[in-house]
Amino acid sequence: MSEQKQEKSEVKPGEFSTASLSLTTKERRFGERAIELGIYTVSSLSIIFIFLIFAFVLREASPIIGYTLSGEQTEKSAELTPEELTRAKEIVGEDYPILTHNSEITVSALIHDKWEPNSTYPRYGIWPIVLGTLKSTFVALFFAIPLSIFAALYTAFFAPLRLREFIKPVIELLAGFPSVVIGFFCLITIATFAQDLFGYEFRLNSVVGGFGLSLAVIPIIYTLSEDALRSVPGSLNEAALALGATKWQAAYQVMLPAATPGIFAAILLGLGRAFGETMIALMAMGNAPIPSWDVFDPARTFASTIGAEMGEVVFGSSHYQVLFFLGVVLFVFSFSINFLTEFYIKNKLIKKFRGNE
Amino acid sequence: MKRSRQILGFFAHGLPLVATLLVVGIIVAIIANFLIGGLPALSWEFLTESPRNVNTEGGIFPAIYGTVLLVIIMTIAAVPIGTITAIYLAEYAKKTSKLAQFVRFAVNTLAGVPSIVFGLFGLGFFIQTIGGGIDNWNHQAKMAELQQLVAAAPSPIANNSFAPVREIKAYLTQEDELKWRKEIQRLNQYEGGESAYANSQLVVTYLSSHTDPNWGKGNILWAALTLSLLTLPVVIVAVEEALKAVPQEVRSASLALGATRLETVWKIVLPNSLTGILTGSILAVGRGAGEVAPILFTGAAFSLAKLPGLQDQFMHLGFHLYILSTQAVNIDQARPLQFATTIVLLGLTLALNAVAIVIRSRIRRKNKSN
Amino acid sequence: MLSEKETVKIDISDLSLFYGKKQALNNISMRIPEKRVTAFIGPSGCGKSTLLRSINRMNDLIDGVSISGKVVLDNVNIYDNGINIVNLRKRIGMVFQKSNPFPKSIYDNVAYGPRINGVKNKAELDEIVENSLQGGALWDEVKDRLDSSALSLSGGQQQRLCIARAIAVNPEILLMDEPCSALDPISTDKIEDLIIQLKEKYSIIIVTHNMQQAGRVSDYTAFFYIGELIEYDKTRKIFTDPNVKQTEDYITGRFG
Repeated sequence: MSEQKQEKSEVKPGEFSTASLSLTTKERRFGERAIELGIYTVSSLSIIFIFLIFAFVLREASPIIGYTLSGEQTEKSAELTPEELTRAKEIVGEDYPILTHNSEITVSALIHDKWEPNSTYPRYGIWPIVLGTLKSTFVALFFAIPLSIFAALYTAFFAPLRLREFIKPVIELLAGFPSVVIGFFCLITIATFAQDLFGYEFRLNSVVGGFGLSLAVIPIIYTLSEDALRSVPGSLNEAALALGATKWQAAYQVMLPAATPGIFAAILLGLGRAFGETMIALMAMGNAPIPSWDVFDPARTFASTIGAEMGEVVFGSSHYQVLFFLGVVLFVFSFSINFLTEFYIKNKLIKKFRGNE
Repeated sequence: MKRSRQILGFFAHGLPLVATLLVVGIIVAIIANFLIGGLPALSWEFLTESPRNVNTEGGIFPAIYGTVLLVIIMTIAAVPIGTITAIYLAEYAKKTSKLAQFVRFAVNTLAGVPSIVFGLFGLGFFIQTIGGGIDNWNHQAKMAELQQLVAAAPSPIANNSFAPVREIKAYLTQEDELKWRKEIQRLNQYEGGESAYANSQLVVTYLSSHTDPNWGKGNILWAALTLSLLTLPVVIVAVEEALKAVPQEVRSASLALGATRLETVWKIVLPNSLTGILTGSILAVGRGAGEVAPILFTGAAFSLAKLPGLQDQFMHLGFHLYILSTQAVNIDQARPLQFATTIVLLGLTLALNAVAIVIRSRIRRKNKSN
Repeated sequence: MLSEKETVKIDISDLSLFYGKKQALNNISMRIPEKRVTAFIGPSGCGKSTLLRSINRMNDLIDGVSISGKVVLDNVNIYDNGINIVNLRKRIGMVFQKSNPFPKSIYDNVAYGPRINGVKNKAELDEIVENSLQGGALWDEVKDRLDSSALSLSGGQQQRLCIARAIAVNPEILLMDEPCSALDPISTDKIEDLIIQLKEKYSIIIVTHNMQQAGRVSDYTAFFYIGELIEYDKTRKIFTDPNVKQTEDYITGRFG
């Protein structure tokens, strides 16, 4: 203790010193603790938001799920007089459930091929929508996968440095195009161009729309693939070249396989985007719920159906619930894709392909 | 053998080049397409005037105004939350922290949720639950007040005896005409007209069962908050990247001087990542300005008489373009306006993105050199 | 061993440190004298920097570190529960291997420590900054441009700025982690002179891989090898007549 006093007395007046600060006094920084607590809380908001999004979309669709789980029969709950029922059966036909706008809907009432939500006895068959979504997503990936992966290969391995610095930002700029602009471009320009070229019947269809979706997907797959290709250790490339492989052989036979998990993840995320994109599908696909496998027929997707119909729907009606149910499907699908890329691909596949780093 | 290898090599080199040219070509084509079609219609008048003649003439000023106001509110909501989350991830979270892993997963998931689902969420959460809740709360409070007012009223109203509705109206008008404006109006629609006899409880019950959505409908605030959720991951990723560009040694120096973690973040790290926070905001604004799906049913309107406040619906460039190109009365006549609107929207978002990309590549270069 | 005449400033006993399962320090016990320069030498990976960073608990910032043993400063074991780490770090200045000035002005760099300790008075700050820069032998070179960025200084100047920054709060102890390893000989000379001056006021511990430097500036030298303290004595003794063969081999350059 006496030493400490000595130390203090050496300090000139007005000169600041920390030497006398106590080591055993508790830190009293309540303000700081509070702020840090605030930081943790705010950071947890992202988690809370995910829960809230799922909870609230699910909540609006919950009657459907509730009735499905409780096993009630949809048709019984449609409160119609016998005369109305007869009339309804004439209109709707024997093969479809008879519903009103206040009916309690079960999932089984959604599995057929007629989507007519606005008629007196509405039908909510999601088969045309499922088909439309599948077709357009397929077309989108059909265009986007080769274009973006080859472009990523070019940028990562073949392009001169200067050119690479130009190409990458330009393609990434495409990600900044509002989807409504891409949708409009397809609606006006691509639709006419493609119809002139192929001479099919409907101007707007899942090829035109799918191509539009591919424009939204390309920057995603491109950027992530390029990152994956470039993060392959350069030593692999050098080893291949040293063994006498040409530049392209090294790129295709060594680097591309080594980047497979990353590219796979890129494609999955691209798939998620194509599946859930609204405005392009809404504007460029013709929006008709036709249960057809033909890619040149007009089509609609889960997302575009919600986008087109939610604005005019009566809150709480069966139509409203069905649209939210489609939203649940979209959410679950995108969540699963993210879960898959995050935990399976990043953790397992990358380790498998590269060995433990 | 050698020949086939040469052919293979030709394709192996050629395909990537062709693919790159195609992608870049499409991008150039889109821009050129709109510039050629839209520039003639683009004028000062177009930018500063309201639409006329069912959107076939005039300008898009209200849509520009709505978009700008929307993204400003969105930024105010998203940037602080995003920055704080990024600070947590970059400065506080240990690698093994479970919370940090959950937060990261949530951020990635948020980035992958389709934009239309955000719209559904906005409808279900902000409009129905929050907005509806506020309305309900206000309505209940007002009705309780009405109940008291009626109880304090002179006979015959207070005694709950029957009186003409007209008298109750007169009483409300006399008490506070402005406050009971809506209720007085509604009593005009009372069954049987204002000469009908009703006791005060019947009137209160009647008024209680009718509410006007005030916050419980789409408006620019709910739309902006919905959009802020969608742009949150954009902000978080950009800011975290910027925070990581601040060298670790500088943090150590500050901590070794006895600064706390928070002092270090506040005085050393944050001042040096302001550009990153700016980039995050710009990217978020660029992304948010172009998104239409989340605002389709949370407040966007096709045509409005006046510029919006927080409680109003709003016009929006993207939504305007969507309606103009798909549901306009006379689509062909509106074509030059559609193209010009596209130029404005595309110009806005691309300019923002370009700025962000430039700043970002600088940060990345700095990151690499560390 | 430590001469009887010295006052003990830091008393380290049975200190062991693990990074995960890897042991980096093994039962280190040594007493560090007040107002002397103590040098830690040894081949890379011997634990000398780790030990240095244990004295101001900078190792706490690394994930997965576990520590046992004691480091006693003024009768307080700094590894006890409830120790005020912030105050501990305020009392112990540190200079790093790579100069790390804040991307701020020269003035703000030096004033940073006093400011976080609550000094707000401008005149007082001015005085502290001037004294510290003089103490860091940098005043004459920068007095006309205190507002320019610290990053505009040369490497040697930056390192002296970091020393000035560390002594601005008048700590008792200065830890220096290979402060000259990235500097040219002239800058190194200046910093070594500075160290000799500073020991009048501070107890200094310097980690170095440069034998000559240890010989020139230090009063005591500790030699470490794979996490163990091999030998610790007066510098003259270590360099002329070491007790342990390993020390002699290292100093004469036969390994390391």
